[in-house]
Amino acid sequence: MENKAIICKNLTKQFGDFKAVDSISFDVEQGEIFGFLGANGAGKTTAMRILCGLSFPTSGEATVAGFDVYKQQEKIKKNIGYMSQKFSLYDNLTILENIEFYGGVYGVSRPEIKTRSSELITTLGLEKEAKKLVGELPLGWKQKLAFSVAIFHRPKIVFLDEPTGGVDPVTRRQFWDMIYEASANGITVFVTTHYMDEAEYCNRISVMVDGRVEALDTPANLKNRFNTDTMDDVFYQLARGAKRASD
Amino acid sequence: MKQLLAFIRKEFYHVFRDRRTLLILFGMPIVQIILFGFALNSEVKNIGIAVLDNAHDVQSEQIIAKIQSSSYFQIKDAVLNYKDIEKRFKEGEIKCAILFPANFGSDIYKTGGAQIQVIADASDPNTATVVTNYLNMIISNYQQELNPNAKLSYQIIPEVRQLYNEEQNGSLNFIPGVIALIFMIVSTALTSVAVVREKELGTMEILLVSPFKPIMVLIAKAVPYLVLSLIDFIIILLLSVFLLNVEIRGNLILIFAESILFIITCLSLGLLISNLTSSQQTAMLVSMMGMMLPTVFFTGFMFPLENMPKIFQWISYIVPSKYYYAIIKGVMLKGLGFSYVWKETLVLAGMAMGLLFIALKNFKIRLS
Repeated sequence: MENKAIICKNLTKQFGDFKAVDSISFDVEQGEIFGFLGANGAGKTTAMRILCGLSFPTSGEATVAGFDVYKQQEKIKKNIGYMSQKFSLYDNLTILENIEFYGGVYGVSRPEIKTRSSELITTLGLEKEAKKLVGELPLGWKQKLAFSVAIFHRPKIVFLDEPTGGVDPVTRRQFWDMIYEASANGITVFVTTHYMDEAEYCNRISVMVDGRVEALDTPANLKNRFNTDTMDDVFYQLARGAKRASD
Repeated sequence: MKQLLAFIRKEFYHVFRDRRTLLILFGMPIVQIILFGFALNSEVKNIGIAVLDNAHDVQSEQIIAKIQSSSYFQIKDAVLNYKDIEKRFKEGEIKCAILFPANFGSDIYKTGGAQIQVIADASDPNTATVVTNYLNMIISNYQQELNPNAKLSYQIIPEVRQLYNEEQNGSLNFIPGVIALIFMIVSTALTSVAVVREKELGTMEILLVSPFKPIMVLIAKAVPYLVLSLIDFIIILLLSVFLLNVEIRGNLILIFAESILFIITCLSLGLLISNLTSSQQTAMLVSMMGMMLPTVFFTGFMFPLENMPKIFQWISYIVPSKYYYAIIKGVMLKGLGFSYVWKETLVLAGMAMGLLFIALKNFKIRLS
């Protein structure tokens, strides 16, 4: 129990007659990179919102970092980081100010923010740009910075919602290096993506179709099961059966 | 608390780095005060007047001299005939004309009743009324001079006093209105835009996922604009006192307290708008059309409410700025105490609490 980062049991979210998330069950190990795949409208976002403590499930159980999604949303929020496909830093704040702001929001103490942010800026090689407005950085850098900010408060789990949308392949590669590093440091990574090459980087992936988890395994096992050698094909075979129109 | 401070500091960075916001914040009050104080003056001075004097006698000359010597009028080149007058009206050179018939002077003494024709350009009815009143005054003064010993059986002379504004300073009426407008712009429009901007950027999502409580997001957004509104308020007060010579009669603490109450009302409105809209443009438009126009129309600082059709008067009762305008006008200009404005204050407080409640509730619903 303790070494699971996320546990879902028959988690369901219903809007009227519509089951956005239809009784999904899965576990995510600590330090695992878990790919959460699905076509648009399959219910990924709804499920992720529940796990992030933004909305309540209709039925079923789930714990995130050991905390209950019904009763301990506040504790969940303290223990997770979040980054979305939309660029999530403030353009008219400098890199340092952005870091200070998010650190402050997560309650990291001021001296701690100071040491960690100077470390971070050195690691990213942004010493010269630290006092520049974030709006002046290229997109790839912004996304890397956003990820660093999302794990700045050392969360147990980080949720990444299509983090590499619109980023060039080289930067995406570097981005995944950062993900691996975070995972090596014990942070569980829960990531959604539409890039199938990225799915291959995950330890395990789940594929959602029409609100259900239709497949969950390592990329290699999934390819075996569907008798193909690309993740693209696995995804296509699963998503083909979808009845819901994608939005 | 530290989290809140980090957030508020961030809000101030946003404000001070955005030139447009700064311009609205500090340019707007100054421009409005100067505009209303000097350019849009409702006092009437130096009105162009044409004189057609067919009499050319002592009496007509004396009246013309009186008109000339008053600061209200400026006599334009003599006109030759009636047609000429119409032409000059159309050109906009004159706002009124005065015509003396051929035997004006002799009529006064012979028939005891002479006539003068006064023509005014009523396309602007207010000016026309003011102008004809001035002319009437000049003529009746002259009448009294003509026969100072006239034995009238009785005479009633109204002793008029213009209370609270004896110098007829036109600034007095609009300053509370401008203050209400500025609060609407800063606290309602800018605040709603500031919240919606985070939604558009996607940063709102991050904030909601963070342990920062949603209600704190709203407070952190509101506090900077409350402070900025108060700074604007002080700027307006200083400009009014030192530039427009307005005398502030009421208790300053009461004025500030009432203003803070109104700012809170505006902030709640702004937060409510930001909950209901999802793009900055919509938020701006709703604030401008939905909040600023009613402020201009229904507070009574531009158009007297008493003259409006009943239905508009009813509408005006739901416009918060109407109450604030009444309070500030009473306290600031008439020096009234709280006992005179408690009713309006109560209505305003009720509105503030109602709006704040709805805004907070909406914000929570959006989360689940």
